[in-house]
Amino acid sequence: MSSIISVANLSKTYGSGFKALKNVNLDIKRGEIFALLGPNGAGKTTLISIICGIANPSEGRVLVGGEDIQTSYRKARSLIGLVPQELHTDAFESVWATVSFSRGLFGKPKNPDHIEKVLKALSLWDKKDNKIITLSGGMKRRVMIAKALSHEPQILFLDEPTAGVDVELRKGMWEVVRGLQQSGVTIILTTHYIEEAEEMADRIGVINKGEIVLVEDKTTLMQKLGKKRLTLHLQNKVTALPESLSHYELELCDGGATLVYDYDTQGERTGITSLLGDLRAAGIRFNDLDTTQSSLEDIFVDLVRTS
Amino acid sequence: MNHRAIRAIYLFEMARTWRTLLQSIVSPVVSTSLYFVVFGAAIGSRITEVEGVSYGTFIVPGLIMLSVLTQSIANASFGIYFPKFSGTIYEILSAPISYFEIVLGYVGAAATKSIILGLIILATAGLFVPLHIQHPVWMLAFLVLTAVTFSLFGFIIGIWADGFEKLQMIPMLVVTPLTFLGGSFYSIDMLPPTWRTVALLNPVVYLISGFRWSFYEIADVSVSISIGMTLAFLVICLIVIWWIFRTGYRLKN
Repeated sequence: MSSIISVANLSKTYGSGFKALKNVNLDIKRGEIFALLGPNGAGKTTLISIICGIANPSEGRVLVGGEDIQTSYRKARSLIGLVPQELHTDAFESVWATVSFSRGLFGKPKNPDHIEKVLKALSLWDKKDNKIITLSGGMKRRVMIAKALSHEPQILFLDEPTAGVDVELRKGMWEVVRGLQQSGVTIILTTHYIEEAEEMADRIGVINKGEIVLVEDKTTLMQKLGKKRLTLHLQNKVTALPESLSHYELELCDGGATLVYDYDTQGERTGITSLLGDLRAAGIRFNDLDTTQSSLEDIFVDLVRTS
Repeated sequence: MNHRAIRAIYLFEMARTWRTLLQSIVSPVVSTSLYFVVFGAAIGSRITEVEGVSYGTFIVPGLIMLSVLTQSIANASFGIYFPKFSGTIYEILSAPISYFEIVLGYVGAAATKSIILGLIILATAGLFVPLHIQHPVWMLAFLVLTAVTFSLFGFIIGIWADGFEKLQMIPMLVVTPLTFLGGSFYSIDMLPPTWRTVALLNPVVYLISGFRWSFYEIADVSVSISIGMTLAFLVICLIVIWWIFRTGYRLKN
């Protein structure tokens, strides 16, 4: 799959001396949903702002659809739709007027049919004549998505698209995003909701302190970094573990009723077989057992902690 | 050239004028009428003529300039400051539009509003005093040139301001005093020689003088100097705006 966005050696130092981005290299594949994860202040929004033309880079180069964002900014920017993190909307314009304005701003001829299609897809059609100030937060968020889609972009940036949006609406937005991907739009989203990335993304990038820590296919990432947890429900409560089990890093929980063992699925040996043998030898019996896969959130927290 | 984007910004800004019609148009017309009543009637009864023109008629070009200057600055500075304040500037900055086109949209709309306002005030003045314009084409040229130049100046203030207080500061503390002291209500020939020399340092003198010349062929300074000074200010504003966009000053950093 070819790259639609190519970021090379990108750095950004603000006037205060704060380095928001440090030598970032990143390629976004055409047609994918890419989730950019990172804690607050990691550089997510700065990276998006530079790609979209809102902030100037200090060093490095960005190509969008093969066009340099600085020397060929018209072509590059016309490919992009941006939904920023904050709810920046006009107050007294109608929904229809503000979405039409965005289309004009991107140099596209009037197309009421397209605007109608976008507003209907985002459940805003019955609000098209309402002033934006009268809309709820969730509706304003959708208006911003409608504005970003008004000029039929090939790339859509969604910076925290579902912040402050209720669960039902969030799932509705996921549907819209999936629909866009099916129509060929490349989507880059940043989110604090790890479940959103887990649910939506094809690939995941993690940024921390201005550096890209990792970029990986979501499933590969889950497999590669995913730990599993074995929980044994003991027949009889145990107050302390015998010496023969000390090298397993076991944890006694629920007042000695359960025994927890974390293991790496990618390791040469999981240690499960020997653990079960040693438990039997020590006379510790169990009624039941279950295993759970660690979530993307656990992986993310681990990565940020160690980077 | 992204003419659709220029049109979109221009129409968006003009729509704001129609939405705030009372504040944009009616309010300056009312205050100008008050100037006529206060200055024209009260002072005009003591000063009957200035350089062969009745006092009420004499102050018309100055009054129009007063409104055009302040409104050009107010319109353009607010037009660009508000998107910065509300955050909607992100859309302008991320659109495939050049700096020149952004300026054309905002400054074009601000200047249009000021020109419309100037013409409305001219028509209002016609209700109070008899008017005869000697050089209508030059009158329009001065009106357009001044509206564009001061809209550019307002655009710079709007970019520079990082709060509503700063947005008001230059118009209130610099432009209004300069306009009042720039011969709106008197000929600078009426001043003592020392103050006349001081007055010539005020750029607004040249604008009002040239504009008044287009009405009555009377001027405090030569018309060519008036045009030259206005054009010089226009060029200075253009250079500052070019620098703002080149460096991203208060926009992209």
